[in-house]
Amino acid sequence: MSLFSNIDWTDISLATVDTLTMLGGSMALTVVLGLPLGVILFLTGKGQMLESKAAHTALGLLVNILRSVPFVILLIVMIPLTVLLVGTSLGVAGAIPPLVVGAAPFYARLVETALREVDKGVVEASFALGATRRQVVLGALLPEAMPGIIAGATVTAIALVSYTAMAGVVGAGGLGDLAIRFGYQRFQTDVMVVTVVLLLILVQVLQMVGDTVVRKVSHR
Amino acid sequence: MIRFEAVSKTYAAARGATGHAALREASLEVAQGQVFGVIGASGAGKSTLIRLINGLELPTGGKVIVDGDDVAALDVAGLRALRRRVGMIFQHFNLLSSKTVEQNVAFPLKLAGRGPAEIKARTAELLARVGLSDHAAKYPAQLSGGQKQRVGIARALATAPKVLLCDEATSALDPETTEQILALISDLNRDLGLTIVLITHEMDVVRRVCDRVAVLEGGRVAEQGPVEEVFLHPASDTARRFVGEVEETAETALPAGVLVRLTFKGEATYKPVLGAVARETGVDYSILGGRIHKLRDTPYGQLTLALTGGDVDAAIARFEAADVRVDRLEGRP
Repeated sequence: MSLFSNIDWTDISLATVDTLTMLGGSMALTVVLGLPLGVILFLTGKGQMLESKAAHTALGLLVNILRSVPFVILLIVMIPLTVLLVGTSLGVAGAIPPLVVGAAPFYARLVETALREVDKGVVEASFALGATRRQVVLGALLPEAMPGIIAGATVTAIALVSYTAMAGVVGAGGLGDLAIRFGYQRFQTDVMVVTVVLLLILVQVLQMVGDTVVRKVSHR
Repeated sequence: MIRFEAVSKTYAAARGATGHAALREASLEVAQGQVFGVIGASGAGKSTLIRLINGLELPTGGKVIVDGDDVAALDVAGLRALRRRVGMIFQHFNLLSSKTVEQNVAFPLKLAGRGPAEIKARTAELLARVGLSDHAAKYPAQLSGGQKQRVGIARALATAPKVLLCDEATSALDPETTEQILALISDLNRDLGLTIVLITHEMDVVRRVCDRVAVLEGGRVAEQGPVEEVFLHPASDTARRFVGEVEETAETALPAGVLVRLTFKGEATYKPVLGAVARETGVDYSILGGRIHKLRDTPYGQLTLALTGGDVDAAIARFEAADVRVDRLEGRP
């Protein structure tokens, strides 16, 4: 009996592709939704350009509600909405809506925090140099906050890796699904080990890439 | 060029509490090509005053007129156009850390929608002007404080403004660098005819570069006038404190005789007037205090004397004939 007798490498590679697809798709949408949401959260905050207590409180509440629902629950609660959006609640496509809804508010908060770290003097100077609000946000605030925004994206991507594993619960496929169905339910320890190692490598790679990019864009 | 007409600024406070008045009915006028200093302790309203000029703050009372425009009446586009005519530099430089020196200087030109060729040429010209051509590709974090302020100056000048606002521009710099930055500011005033408003808490900065000065105290203009006038003959307590002239002689042990303060300016500073007058009028003098310095390029001296014996009135007349201003001080025995 060989060491990895239960392992079907075709299954593993298919699952890996599934995981990467879920991660890539949900991460892209998370940034598309989370980044503007974070910017609006910041801009409507106290003392900021678009200060609005009502808007800030409402958005903050929405973000907090979505962040406080455990992801496993979100997966199940979201099923009707997911079916409405992508036509199925199964497979890679079915996993992406709950992944985005789970991760975007989290990322938005990280973006908001990164923007708060930007020196107020830089914003004031930009206005003094004749910038419009739009130019201040796009030309000064976002570039200055970029290291924090990218570090936040790294943290979010890694959180998404563990979310994709949980998405296996609703039949999403991917490495997490393999680990649950074969590694756990059929006691195939070797499958469990291989999937976990692959997930570990994925997280490592994400962290390294993220750190490298942050170093590249940070000139402080 | 810049006129404040009874300008007040009150910051709204939390419910119930009264607002904080940063500026109270301040009036002043800055002529074209002037270097105008505003001095005051922290919290005196300096920052508010300078921010009213480019509309970063708007007045709650009175009018601020800059280059013919009522700042508060401008619409958004008008305000941005004004800000391109009014450059500003800051105590902490406020450069974009994510952009290179060159990109920082180009930033206001980009904001104004200028073409790439023009931006490149203008940026190179500005960097040469402030002596940073070799550092164009560096990031602000790689520069010294003085270099960062030079970038700030080049950036402020990018849109060829008529006015330069200096918000404590040398307060974060060491004395030597301060000297260099002040020299650069003076050069810009002379070469480009730039009108300059600078706020500071250091009288020395005012003494070196300003033509006129306003002294702020609790949001009010306590005193304003030509620098030499305010510096040599301060009328307000705040001005006296900044000039560092505490007239202890009048309050502690009073020597016998008539107390006078002589002010020499320009040529008179180096003439041996004192000895000549003493010999001619038979007046004896004891020196109680004195200082010799420069206001911009004009040398001046100030001596506090006690005059005894001889013809004191003749001596005073003689001093005045030699272009020396004489003030009789209180506290005659």
